[in-house]
Amino acid sequence: MSEFVYLYRGGSDRSNSPQEMQQVMQKWVSWLQGLADQGHIKDRGQPLEPGGKIVSGKQKTVTDGPFAESKDLVGGFTLVEARDLNQAAELSKGCPIFDAGGFVEVRPVRQM
Amino acid sequence: MEPKPSADPIDRLFRGESGRLTAVLTRLFGVHNLALVEDVVQDAFCRALQVWKFRGMPENPSAWLMTTAKNRALDVLRRERTARTFAPELTRLLESEWTLVSALEEQFRPDAVDEDLLRMMFTCCHPGLREEAQVTLILHILCGFSVHEVAGAFVATHAAIEKRITRSKKTLAASQDLFDVTRREEFAARLPAVQRALYLLFNEGYHGASPESAVRAELCGEAMRLARHLREDPRGATPATYALSALFCLHAARLPGRIDAGGELHSLLDQDRSRWDQSLIAEGQRLLDRSASGEELSEYHVEAAIAWIHASASSVEETDWSRIVALYDMRMQLHPSPVIALNRAIALAQHAGPEAGLQAIRQIAGLERLAGYPFYPAAQAELELKLGRADAARAHFQTALSLARNATERRFLQQRMEACASES
Repeated sequence: MSEFVYLYRGGSDRSNSPQEMQQVMQKWVSWLQGLADQGHIKDRGQPLEPGGKIVSGKQKTVTDGPFAESKDLVGGFTLVEARDLNQAAELSKGCPIFDAGGFVEVRPVRQM
Repeated sequence: MEPKPSADPIDRLFRGESGRLTAVLTRLFGVHNLALVEDVVQDAFCRALQVWKFRGMPENPSAWLMTTAKNRALDVLRRERTARTFAPELTRLLESEWTLVSALEEQFRPDAVDEDLLRMMFTCCHPGLREEAQVTLILHILCGFSVHEVAGAFVATHAAIEKRITRSKKTLAASQDLFDVTRREEFAARLPAVQRALYLLFNEGYHGASPESAVRAELCGEAMRLARHLREDPRGATPATYALSALFCLHAARLPGRIDAGGELHSLLDQDRSRWDQSLIAEGQRLLDRSASGEELSEYHVEAAIAWIHASASSVEETDWSRIVALYDMRMQLHPSPVIALNRAIALAQHAGPEAGLQAIRQIAGLERLAGYPFYPAAQAELELKLGRADAARAHFQTALSLARNATERRFLQQRMEACASES
């Protein structure tokens, strides 16, 4: 088994009603639970706040960021285990983020 | 003492909490800042969604949401204290940072939030608003229904509901203050309007024109939740409120028999009574007993009594139809309406035969107001069919079919038409 990171990008639930948001939440919980039950979850991961700081350059300049378009801002991540990249990508297809217009970036964790 | 009711079902948590959050924040920000309130509520739910989808729901999700909303409210109050005016009684408290935090803690105490919810319910039933606007506001503000969801519930267009909500909010904002629930006389004066709005909300779910049964059951559930909240407050717990709550329980108990697993509508006469919810019937009976105190006899008492006879009868034949007719007579005296008269005629037909029922229908005052109501020709059709006049029955069913408001009603009437064919 190899490790992969799912980076959840974009997808806003802001215009949803409370009931719709609850449904989205429940979909996420059951999707992640499903992956966990099949032994694919290494770490459920964390949500990320939208804002932050970017520290860059030799001068180590600190600016507000990230600057990415909010439509592809990373909103959270999960650490999964899968046979290979294809399987990891396949497993991500159940993610509810697609209903909200977001996408999942599947990145292999580099091994030794 | 009434036992403490169970918590709201977890799958409706957000919906219920949205009313509580909106109520407390409106208290803080003032009714003129409703848009800001909605923004903060939305933000609290977005945060909950973000965090809970990874970590699951916390031990006490309501408290989590309240705390999140409180912190967010604190941010808003700090940021906008000079740019905006907030609730008049809070303005002074907001002048210093020390009083700000303690004032906020005070406002978010659970009993304070309960009071806020009640206050908001009464505020939505503003006398300057029409009944349909009151019900819309209740759904939107207290039950967290989006414009889209309200439109779905009322079978109205998005634009029409949006307009209605905007206009109603303006009326509220113009009134400056939230309804003051501490003024005993004003509370009593507006209570009937609140009860009426909950009654309409429930009816919309039970008999309404919405095509989706799922939406309908939810409206009933929301009306029941708010009625429970009303009767948990000593000022709201009047005999009429108990009767209204009993009526809701006794009707809701029959919902599983009314719409079967395949989504088909069944009339009371051919429902599978084993599907009725016995715990709701028991709850309805308990509430009906509680309602029988004092002098007041409301229309809810009479309707609950009718619903109780139906719910407690083991079959159509076992039903005490003469008592039901007598109760409908009583109901007509309190507040006559052609729909009630039609129901009386149907009950009379069970008791005194179809011919008597048809005659009673012909004698309904204001019959023309039933012209667009599919169950008026449908009732005539059923009685004609009982008398063996299949042709007349078919013609009436045809009329009913042309008036049907959704696919479920259409399928139901279609099936009844087929019954005519097998008769002739």
